[in-house]
Amino acid sequence: MAKQYEIKAKWLPYFLVLPQMIIVFIFFFWPSAQAILQSFYLQDPFGGKTIFVGLSNYIALFTNPDSDYLYSFIISIVFALSITLLSMTVSLFLAVQAHKKIHFTTFYKTMLTWPYAVATLVAGVIWLFMFNPNVGVIAWILKHNFGIPWDYLLNFQHAFILLTLAASWKQLAYNFVFFMAGLQSVPETLVEAAIIDGASPIRRFWQIIFGLLAPTTFYLLVMNLVFGFFETFPIVHGITAGGPGKSTSILVYKVWRDGVVNLDLGGSSAQSVILMILVIGLTVLQFRFIERRITY
Amino acid sequence: MREFSKVRRLITHFYLWIGIAIIIFPIYFIFSASSHTSAEILSAPMPLNIGPYLLENYKRALFEGTKNLGTPVFIMIKNSFIMAMGISIGKIIISLLAAFAIVFFDFPLRKFCFWSIFITLMLPVEVRIMPTYKVISDLGMLNTYSGLIMPMIVSATAVFLFRQFFLTVPREIVEASQIDGSSPMQFFGRILVPMSRTPIAALFVIQFIYGWNQYLWPLLITTKQEYFTLLIGINRMMTGADVNIEWQIVMATTLLALIPPVIVVVLMQKQFIAGMTETEK
Amino acid sequence: MKKLLLLVLILAMTIGVYAQVSVEFWHAMTGKNGEMVQSVCDKFNASQKDYKVVPVYKGSYSDTMNAGIAAFRAKQAPAIIQVYEVGTATMMAAKGAIKPVYQLMAENNAKFDPKVYIPTITSYYSTSDGKMLSMPFNSSTAVMYYNKDAFHKAGLNPDKPPVTWPEFFDAARKLKASGMEGGFTTNWISWIQLENFSAWHNVPFGTKSNGFDGLDTELVFNSPLHVRHFENLYKLAKEGVFIYGGRENKANPLFISQRVGLHFESIGGYGSMKANCKFNFGVARLPYYPDVPGAPQNSIIGGASLWVFNGKSPAEYKAVTAFFTYISQPEIQAYWHQNTGYLPITNAAYELTKKQGYYKDNPGLEVAIGQLLNKPPTKNSMGIRFGNFNIIREIEDQVWEDILADKISVKDGLDRMVREGNAKLREFERLYK
Repeated sequence: MAKQYEIKAKWLPYFLVLPQMIIVFIFFFWPSAQAILQSFYLQDPFGGKTIFVGLSNYIALFTNPDSDYLYSFIISIVFALSITLLSMTVSLFLAVQAHKKIHFTTFYKTMLTWPYAVATLVAGVIWLFMFNPNVGVIAWILKHNFGIPWDYLLNFQHAFILLTLAASWKQLAYNFVFFMAGLQSVPETLVEAAIIDGASPIRRFWQIIFGLLAPTTFYLLVMNLVFGFFETFPIVHGITAGGPGKSTSILVYKVWRDGVVNLDLGGSSAQSVILMILVIGLTVLQFRFIERRITY
Repeated sequence: MREFSKVRRLITHFYLWIGIAIIIFPIYFIFSASSHTSAEILSAPMPLNIGPYLLENYKRALFEGTKNLGTPVFIMIKNSFIMAMGISIGKIIISLLAAFAIVFFDFPLRKFCFWSIFITLMLPVEVRIMPTYKVISDLGMLNTYSGLIMPMIVSATAVFLFRQFFLTVPREIVEASQIDGSSPMQFFGRILVPMSRTPIAALFVIQFIYGWNQYLWPLLITTKQEYFTLLIGINRMMTGADVNIEWQIVMATTLLALIPPVIVVVLMQKQFIAGMTETEK
Repeated sequence: MKKLLLLVLILAMTIGVYAQVSVEFWHAMTGKNGEMVQSVCDKFNASQKDYKVVPVYKGSYSDTMNAGIAAFRAKQAPAIIQVYEVGTATMMAAKGAIKPVYQLMAENNAKFDPKVYIPTITSYYSTSDGKMLSMPFNSSTAVMYYNKDAFHKAGLNPDKPPVTWPEFFDAARKLKASGMEGGFTTNWISWIQLENFSAWHNVPFGTKSNGFDGLDTELVFNSPLHVRHFENLYKLAKEGVFIYGGRENKANPLFISQRVGLHFESIGGYGSMKANCKFNFGVARLPYYPDVPGAPQNSIIGGASLWVFNGKSPAEYKAVTAFFTYISQPEIQAYWHQNTGYLPITNAAYELTKKQGYYKDNPGLEVAIGQLLNKPPTKNSMGIRFGNFNIIREIEDQVWEDILADKISVKDGLDRMVREGNAKLREFERLYK
């Protein structure tokens, strides 16, 4: 069933995909081609002067000891993994609780779902405001009531923890919704059969429910990694601006910063191209995986 | 469920309340901040009660807070709304069509279309924001709603979800409709789209939120104030040189900006979750 | 909507109403300052009928500059754009993109005498032979803020703020000893503790007159004096006397919430301080090391200037010229200066404000002007002009944080800033040579 059905029509499918293809070409391929082109040049931001520099924008990223690009790569991956792990664990736990047969489940579900509407930018502002060592209440409490010298402006661990918390918080509702949906599709009869078998609730969860949730979990894994890798930009921008030092300068932040603020169009384009290659690779992998899953 | 004892039930409630607290406390925090003066917010530690300036701050946020932007809040709400609706409806329509073609037809360029569409799945616009700006301006679409909306509907998430859903449509249905002699478009309009009600609703929610919460792109391409959106307003209130940022107004506006998308999520919660269930089999 | 506007326009023209030339002015001013930009433009628009300047707020300085660049490439540029001081070299090098102000003024036969402007301000935006390239608009300089109440409590004289760095460190330690969380903090590490520090001590920040005399300039702020100053800051950080408050102007809350008693910030932040501080504070000149010959020299400016884009019509340039002439008048300058806290750009406006007795209530502003005019500028104190300067400042911020976090020593840190910065200067040189 990999290849669904094959309705016969000669021109119709082209008309159908045309709008999407036009949009993709104009707003994805065209700008991407420009980015590829730009990555080979050193360019005056005003477009007045360009010098062809070959691959040196790329080479500089990897060979200049001051560029720290590889570090940026690693920290982005670690960051994405941490967010995924933290956020998915907490949401799965909450979803399982809310799925139990207790009173007020509708209320709980609503309360845990609505923050889906919170923008990443807003999440950044909120967490900055709680934990900023200069103004944050929580920072103040940590410092004065618990004696923890909280200072993410200079302490990398603090900065990393804060970013992870903020980003995971933002992702909670999203994951919750999907896990909720996944749980609802677990057939009741299977669970009941397990109860009759005498399986303990915990074993029941791991053996039956978690197994049936695998597609949801896999989907969320991908989406959370993508979120952590690419969409945490406003949080990093708002909270640490890549600091202390360059320690939280994740790839997407670096691309934006180098291109938009520092006006290094060539270097930034080279980074865009690398990211695009990476993403395309990931997408292909993901589809291979999903295709297989559907085919079996 | 017999073995689900009272104690266990209480524990479950307790866990859920902790979850709610984790989510609510930060929101309460901005609510509290929106009820104080900026001097109080900047003093350490900031008070956590509800201060006496609540109404005043919201009144200012609504009617004059963004005076220096020269854009009344209701215009920004209107723009945010147009952008969010444009993105969600536009994306749903073109994605339905594209997914229909890709799933139900076999045509020579199918693979090519498939991959062209899906490599855009994960790449956010921030990564190629400058070249995209150039394209929009070459097309003369700066300061237009289409310029705001179109680049945002590139991403293939919707095509992806519809595709997943279409793949689960039982073979018999399409065969039956072909035997009935209805054309592909009739099948699409009379059977497939009505069947897809819930995924459409779910996508509407997802895209509405996505559109409402965009800010980097609108920030770059709108120079005319009649096109400012709410998030631009928030962003601009926070970034000024040598200026006293009025945090209380920023916070109040932030909360106001939250209301419409929250309403959408809460009202459509059921369809939203159901939509996810159907596509994520 | 557009059609309607067009219709109205056509109608207006056929009826024979005057055709007004309208130009856009993109700026980065919000809050009170934003209101003042609007107000100055309104005044200009009301003062005559031929031209209209439309101010458009474009976000932060970097947002504004970016929007301007993107718009220029798309041939949608405004006539006037406000660019912050770090963008000066980039704008200047973009020869085809901008129209130098001296040229604009000459072409439109405007009465224009660069000498009426305050030299330390105009020099920042002029070529080394004195041709003004952009119009100074909102200029500020770095000053020291101190909490008078805290001084009193710590047994320090609130009317005698520290003058030299040793006195300053001593006072900061006393403030901490008196029960404050720390002694001092600072904003803008590069602008205040390196660029202004260098000018104030009359030592070079970079070669070739800090970049004024050529693109082949190199950074030299890793001299023994700079190392000594940063060693001191580092040492006080370890003692808990200096509290790091973040990049840019993020340290302000530490001073406002009285966790430290001394602070370095732009005079442009004066209004914000007045609005938020619940205690008496004073403004004083930057400290200096007394053993450095020639110190104190004069401080340099920050803030932004107005650039004119190329490729506009003669009528639009006439409008811009009229606007620039208008805003250079002493009355308008004094009005702007007194309401924003930014420095007046002409001597006449300064004198006018003094005559009006404004400084009696706002002594802080006069401190800043006095510091700027302390001595005629030398090649070390005219200003700073480096390409890619935004990146260089970012490098400085990053390495400074690494120094405080003990990842690198002070000396190695300053060397690294200079090394990385010079690499960026070479890139810029390669592009524009």
